[in-house]
Amino acid sequence: MRYLPLNVEDRQAMLAAIGVSSIDDLYTDVPARGRIDGLLDLPRRASEMEVERILGRMAAKNVAASQVPFFVGAGAYKHHIPASVDHLIQRSEFLTSYTPYQPEISQGTLQYLFEFQTQVALLTGMEVANASMYDGSTGCGEAVLMAERVTRRDKAVLSGGLHPQYRAVVENLSHFGGSAVVNLPCGVDDVHELSSRIDDNTACVVVQTPNVFGEIIDLAPIAEAAHAKGALLVAVVTEVVSLGALKPPGEMGADIVVAEGQSLGVGLNFGGPYLGLFATREKFLRQMPGRLCGETVDAAGRRGFVLTLSTREQHIRREKATSNICTNSGLCCLAFTIHLALLGDVGLRRLAALNHHNACLLADALAEVKGVEVLTSRFFNEFTIRTPRPGAEVVAGLAERGVLGGVPASRLVPQEAALADRIIVAATEVNTDEDRAAYKAALREVLA
Amino acid sequence: MMNREGRPTTPASGGAAAADQITTFTGNRGLEINEPLLFEIGGPEKCGVDIDLPDQPLNRLGGLARKNAIGLAGLSEPEAMRHYVRLSRRNYAIDLGIYPLGSCTMKHNPRLNERMARLPGFGDIHPLQPESTVQGALELIDTLAHWLKTMTGMPAVALSPKAGAHGELCGMMAIRAALDARGEKRSVVLVPESAHGTNPATATYLGYSVQSVPARADGTVDPEEVKRRLSPEVAAIMLTNPNTCGLFERDVIAIADAVHEAGAFFYCDGANFNAIVGKARPGDLGVDAMHINLHKTFSTPHGGGGPGAGPVVLSAALAPFAPLPFVVHGENGFRLVETESDPSAGQAFGRMTAFHGQMGMFVRALSYMMSHGSDGLRRASEDAVLNANYVKAGLEDLMSLPFGKRPTMHEVLFDDSFLKGTGVTTLDFAKAMIDEGFHPMTVYFPLVVHGAMLIEPTESESRASLDQFIATLRKLVEAAKSGDTARFTGAPYLTPVGRLDETRAARQPVLRWRKPLPQLDAAE
Repeated sequence: MRYLPLNVEDRQAMLAAIGVSSIDDLYTDVPARGRIDGLLDLPRRASEMEVERILGRMAAKNVAASQVPFFVGAGAYKHHIPASVDHLIQRSEFLTSYTPYQPEISQGTLQYLFEFQTQVALLTGMEVANASMYDGSTGCGEAVLMAERVTRRDKAVLSGGLHPQYRAVVENLSHFGGSAVVNLPCGVDDVHELSSRIDDNTACVVVQTPNVFGEIIDLAPIAEAAHAKGALLVAVVTEVVSLGALKPPGEMGADIVVAEGQSLGVGLNFGGPYLGLFATREKFLRQMPGRLCGETVDAAGRRGFVLTLSTREQHIRREKATSNICTNSGLCCLAFTIHLALLGDVGLRRLAALNHHNACLLADALAEVKGVEVLTSRFFNEFTIRTPRPGAEVVAGLAERGVLGGVPASRLVPQEAALADRIIVAATEVNTDEDRAAYKAALREVLA
Repeated sequence: MMNREGRPTTPASGGAAAADQITTFTGNRGLEINEPLLFEIGGPEKCGVDIDLPDQPLNRLGGLARKNAIGLAGLSEPEAMRHYVRLSRRNYAIDLGIYPLGSCTMKHNPRLNERMARLPGFGDIHPLQPESTVQGALELIDTLAHWLKTMTGMPAVALSPKAGAHGELCGMMAIRAALDARGEKRSVVLVPESAHGTNPATATYLGYSVQSVPARADGTVDPEEVKRRLSPEVAAIMLTNPNTCGLFERDVIAIADAVHEAGAFFYCDGANFNAIVGKARPGDLGVDAMHINLHKTFSTPHGGGGPGAGPVVLSAALAPFAPLPFVVHGENGFRLVETESDPSAGQAFGRMTAFHGQMGMFVRALSYMMSHGSDGLRRASEDAVLNANYVKAGLEDLMSLPFGKRPTMHEVLFDDSFLKGTGVTTLDFAKAMIDEGFHPMTVYFPLVVHGAMLIEPTESESRASLDQFIATLRKLVEAAKSGDTARFTGAPYLTPVGRLDETRAARQPVLRWRKPLPQLDAAE
């Protein structure tokens, strides 16, 4: 086996050194009932070439985003990733290192985590950020639990514009954690509707901007309404590139910001691994879940970085920890921070402007198709259209014509019959004039 | 010896001592180069990506456009390459040497797996594109599920959990859901003292109170202790097997039987599954739910702390409650069940994460499994166990074993009593290993052993590498015992930074860079 360095003689000599005659003498504690002799039902080992062939065949059955005009979003976005990002994250010293428990030989990881935390705090307009969560949706769940710890209340009001699958994650956690969730009807994130649901037991209001249908939400009045009743505002951003164009949630009064960082550096990956960004105000620092990296010095006064405030974490506090999380998305953080360092302030703002411009062009193009209505008035790179036929059928028809044209709302909220004619459409910098023309033409055909 | 320029290639006597005394003008030491923060070298106008904006960009942001600069620093591409390559050189990694972190499992990461995960058909597909366009991806998920079920002897698997601890949460949620379906409100979870901190944290997260179970003198859980704590209030036991002391819980069947008799469930923390693949099946031992850290057992890279992946295998009793989404065989190929309203959703308890789990990790893990195959997976476990016992045999006369001479599984636990009276602490000892070019073992865990030192060599280490590791540790132990404490108390000496002040970091947290205040004018 190509990954195993021991040979037959090694094994014999080592067993002799240990003082046993066979490997099974080391498994004597395993009860006979649980023993098996290999995994006969599974295939035998495959060479590198064979694995490439088998997995290559499976991969070839899928339609990759880069092969077709691609407009699918709703929480994950196709962006161009500079070649140097993937090269750098595959450096052995990054790829094959562990959680930086020994800081003196982990300064590479620790320094980029410190840089990452700084970038996330700046982007979101918040004071502090952690070293990442699994993804945006689980980060959203953790934000609600954190708000409940901070306020000592146990109810969350979820706006109807929150991604339905994020809502499902929060509902699941709340259900098992014994707290309550008030869900506004899908699509409703009006400030009056939200405020009317806030009471003395409300820990937080959770609002996504742009929302799942692409509509940009002004968080300021919602923050005011939440704060007036002692609740926190949790702002959710599923498209982090939007922060290059839009007022940051921190400026609009958010207390906790969670975002999906997949758009920068990480790639689509069929849903994971992704990258949860998590930022808050300094005064809530000790209630924040997840890993934190901090600056310090060594005995000679040299600057260095360490994992810190671990007394909040499960390996110290066990039953009293802020969460059970024991890891972060280290390598995804690295990809994100490199991509953002390459963009810089100017680059991110240009990238965001280009995304928005392309979305505007696409909206105008699709609106010209007979029977199609663009429903979103202010949007970033994603908007919703209404078509005269069920969205799922239209998207399937587009796929048959080689265009991946968006996410039918019915995929996310099958129970909302009124939304069955909606399609959520995303445009990014990768889309060309030809892509838009192909979409328009295919949509005309499907609806003809 | 002279080189081509006629200079001597061996330093004059005293050269090594002289090297210690040289202070450089830059603070760098040859190839050891200090690297400032991104924000100290980058600039707001610098950019390593070419993006051309249209002459008249459209704007439908509805008055909520960002007005101010963000404050980010940018780098050109060569600056970025140099910055991150320099940073990478300040990291230890498994590709540099043995990484014997017990219970963390750092083994070789085959690059084939990276290549497979980057195939556009896996890496560049969207979780919400039509099912007809991702049949190969769904097939891969289905195949991975088959391998995991076969290896564990369990009938079902939930693939969406994003990490080991997330898998624990998923497994315990399935247990809660099953109890709720029976109409039972149980409030206690039993957790052995040696458990990972994630276990009690997970149980508490779900509203359970945690009752700990002490280990007997040999380091394993006594079924009689479990029985004493069982009652109609107990929902589950969370047992790690092999446990964090490197021992197989030899009474696991008696424990499982007792737990089931009390109407409770058996959650197994499968962090150490890598010791028994192809040797034993958790399903045969009475396990109801167990998470599998794909990054540990199946070698997906840790990447400085993640991403992980924590699929959970489930017994027949828990299978109906598996969370959304999951893959089923439909009329036209594979199909995703994504919502409760789907007729195939069963009693699914909800959703752990927005999409379908860590696809990138699934590809890597399956690539690893196929590469080993049925024969190689067993061999890998055996070699991991062999290597750990070899390290034990090589050190047991000098270091101290808290639980005597039982065979150990894939990791071996020492304690620090061999350092008693030397003035060298466990941490000093670990830091001195760094100067010798080794990553230290896990120290201070498990908590049940004072001054624990947990070594996990894994199957990736050759005999020569183990011999060198053992010889070095022997020299260090002898140095400590002979009073040569100077090499320990200030260690590490040879790293880019010395031992860091962690107390200061926690007391005065500095968690981000801030722009320095402008210097006051010297004339004022």
